[in-house]
Formats: sequence, C-alpha cells, structure tokens
Amino acid sequence: MRAGFVLSEVGIGLRRNLTMTFAVIVTVATSLSLLGFGLLSNAQVGVMKDYWYDKIEVSIYLCGDLSEAPSCSSGKITIPQRDQIETDLKAIPVVQNVYYESQADAFNRFQERFKDSAIAQNVTPDQLPESFRVKLKDPTQFAVIQSAFSGRPGIDVVQDQRAILEKFFRLLNVLRNGALFIGLISVLTAALLISNTIRIAAFNRRRETGVMKLVGASSFSIQLPFLLESVFSAIFGWTVALGLLSGFKVLIDQRVAPLLSFTRFFGWDAVWIASLQLLGVGLLVAALASVITLRRFVKV
Amino acid sequence: MIKFENVSKTYPNQERPALDGVNLEVAKGEFVFLVGLSGSGKSTFLRLVLKEEDPTSGKIYVAGKDLSKLSSWKVPELRRQVGTVFQDFRLLPNKTVFENVAFTLHVLGYSKKEINREVPEVLELVGLEGYGDRRPSQLSGGEQQRVAIARAFVSHPAILIADEPTGNLDPTMSVGIMKLLDRINRTGTTVVMATHDSGIVDQMRKRVIELEGGLVVRDQVRGVYGYSG
Repeated sequence: MRAGFVLSEVGIGLRRNLTMTFAVIVTVATSLSLLGFGLLSNAQVGVMKDYWYDKIEVSIYLCGDLSEAPSCSSGKITIPQRDQIETDLKAIPVVQNVYYESQADAFNRFQERFKDSAIAQNVTPDQLPESFRVKLKDPTQFAVIQSAFSGRPGIDVVQDQRAILEKFFRLLNVLRNGALFIGLISVLTAALLISNTIRIAAFNRRRETGVMKLVGASSFSIQLPFLLESVFSAIFGWTVALGLLSGFKVLIDQRVAPLLSFTRFFGWDAVWIASLQLLGVGLLVAALASVITLRRFVKV
Repeated sequence: MIKFENVSKTYPNQERPALDGVNLEVAKGEFVFLVGLSGSGKSTFLRLVLKEEDPTSGKIYVAGKDLSKLSSWKVPELRRQVGTVFQDFRLLPNKTVFENVAFTLHVLGYSKKEINREVPEVLELVGLEGYGDRRPSQLSGGEQQRVAIARAFVSHPAILIADEPTGNLDPTMSVGIMKLLDRINRTGTTVVMATHDSGIVDQMRKRVIELEGGLVVRDQVRGVYGYSG
C-alpha cells in the first residue's frame, strides 16, 4: 500500500470518529500533563536538594566552659587538641573545606543575626562555643564525620544540618510520588480509552477491513491505519500537554518565584526533558494499546 | 488449481463434520458449480480454499501451494490469487464505484497511473463504463454485483470464487452476471461458484459438484442441478 492511500484512510477514520478522536486527544493531553507535573515536581525536588545541600555544613562544636557532654569532662578544649582535629578533618577525603569559627566569630555572627532582639544584649563571647564548619563534597556522607569525631575528647557535639532538611525533603518526596502516581494512573486510563476507541473503530470499519482481508491485504497494512490514528491523536494530545507545562513554567517564573526567594526553581531544560519523556510515554502507550487491541479485534 | 485430498472439517463443539473426507480436483481454467442444500458444506469448502479455516484432517492445495504449510503471514499472498464475490456484494458505501474497484489495487500497492489504467478497463469488461463516479446506493443489485466482480477481478487473480452471486438478484440480472462470469472464465480464470439456482446450473452445462452432509455425492462433467433426468 502506498503512503498516500494509508494517510487518506487515516484522515477518513479520524474524521468519521470525531468525538472519540477528541476524547482521546483530551485524555492523552490531561494524563500526560499530570504525569508531566509529576516529572517537574521530581525535577524541582532535585533542584532544591542541590540548592540546599550545597549550602549545608556539618558543625563540630568544641568543648567550652559550659559544655556538659562526657567527652568534655576535662573542660575546655586545648589548642593542640583543636589543631589535631583540624588536621584530621582535612585528611578525610569527603571533606571539601574546613572553616574554624572562634568564640569571637560566633559572637559577631550571633550579634549580626539577632541585632534587633534583646537576647543579643545578654550574650557574651565565652558563652558561645567555638566550632569547625565542615563542608562535604557529598553531603550524604555525614556518617563518616559522625563516626570519626563524635565522642572524641574536646568535641562537644557533631551536628548535621542535613538532618533538619531531611524531614522537609521526605515531605516533598511524598508529594512528588503522589503526583507521579496520579500521572501514571491517568496514563493507564488513557491507554484503556485508546483501546476502547480502537475497538469501536474496528467495529465501525469491519466492512473495510473485511474487504481488505479478502483482496489480500497483510495484517500490518490492515492494522496500520488504526495504529496511526491513535499515534496521531497521542501526538496531538502531547502538544496540548506541552503547552500546559510551558504555561505552568511561565506561571512559576512570573508569579511564584518572586514570592519564594528561599529556593531556586526548575529551569526550562527540565520542561524540555519532561516533554521528551512524555512524548516517549505517549507514543509507547498509544502504540502498545493499539497493537494489543488490534491483535484481538482485527485478525486476518 | 484446487485440490482436496481426503479433507475433513469438524467445527469446534459440533459432532457432525461439515466436510467428510472430500477428494476433488479443479483444473486450471475450469468452471465449476458447487451445489447442495444449506449446511451441505459449500461455504466450508470455500472458506477452506481461502484459508479462513484450517481442515481438521487432509491436505488442500490452491494455486500450487500446500495450505497446511502456508504460514499465517503468507495467507494474504494466497488471497491475492483468489478473487471473491458474495451474495451481499460487500461494497464500501462511502466510496464511489471507481474507488471500490481501485481499493483492491491500492491494497496491493499499485501506482496511481496503473490504477487509472486498470480500473476503467475492468469497468468496461463488466459493462459499467461511465459508472465510476456513482455510489453503490445509486446502483441496482445487478450493477452492484458487477462492481463486486470488477473488484475481485481487477488484479487478475488465477481463481475466482463466487458464493451465491445471484442469490439476491432477479432472473434477468442473474443471466447477465452469469454471462460475465463466463467471460471471465474464458480469459483463463478458474471459477468456482456455489449456488442454489437450478435454472442457471441447468442452462450453463458446466461441471457440477454436489455436496450433501459434507460428502461429495455427485461430480458430473456437464451437469444439471438435480437428478431430474
């Protein structure tokens, strides 16, 4: 069969089944959009992790006069102890850099942060602990530092800022998984609708397919117009979804991002990557649903 | 051209076979009537030739091919060598006469140029010159059957199978259709026609194969419909 003939049959099929074609396009568009929002929230969680993990550090608080931890039983840390800790820290491969904050530095920072508060007036430098601020190459490698330094004489406590963020990210992960789940469910719905649409189309055109079979058309050429119809509908639905996701991105850039300055948002690259993935999913689902249905309902 | 070797066919969930040990051979260029009551096995015979069904036992050869050895993806190739015409015409109502006939050629991948040459030629053969732009609904039953024959014959198959082609037509129209099938037969095409129409069978004096309860009860070279004489 020639391409022109196949395409004209596809056109006739799509027009004759206009309401179903429309239903398939709308369902594919909404389901791919939902899945797309899931993919974008995944990208957003990634962006936020990069952003935050880049900023967080491990704080190693050193023993001061007020420390009560068992490792501080001999009182304030000595200078050789402190130098040894710094040397040991720098020798660990996952450590990117180490910054020493003295009691005076801590006091200045404290004054800076709480300058409008009465509490700043009552604090003296010797009440604040000196500490090492450790930046890790990979923020998930906290356990290495924890096991090496926690409980070592002269060290009060090893604190990972990441632990605070983890709870927040756990919440974000739940939201993201929910979005992906809803997206996948609706893609499944779209697949079932495509399958049903093909059944109806196959029934409506049993005359044509019967004649094609009689004159010796191969199964492939009988099934090809049905397959192309659902693939075209899927591509059409995908372009609608692409428009919705781009609109979502513009909305975030113009309305949401200015209000939430504490984080960055996913870029256009995430939108394009998600779109390509959605195109893949859309084509795969349309083709699979068609082929499985056609094998059952358009036999030669 | 068609050869049945001890062919039996029993449909699932049925005790009595539709065909029971049938042996027969139809030579190239022959014109054969297949007669018998409803349920005698005529339709089963035709379905087996087209490999729409497989026999329960026995061997079938069509156009030199052993159908039991024909893989399912080669079945379309077989059907391209066997034109088919039915009692209910089976035309596509949304297409014109020209498009209906051209449909075969489109499916077989002919070019536009070849289609524009072949279709008018076959329409002329079946006596429907100038009817190309009409729709099937604008034609009489006899004319519709001519379109169906044109569609079956346009690719010049080696075998033409006609299942009660005159079943829906009045006697005058039937005579026209029989003349047409005879003309097609004279081009060297093997014609197998299943029919109930005793008048036609008696008139044509061609080979008659009679089926009864799945058995060949008569195979006569220049036969008539019944045992009337």
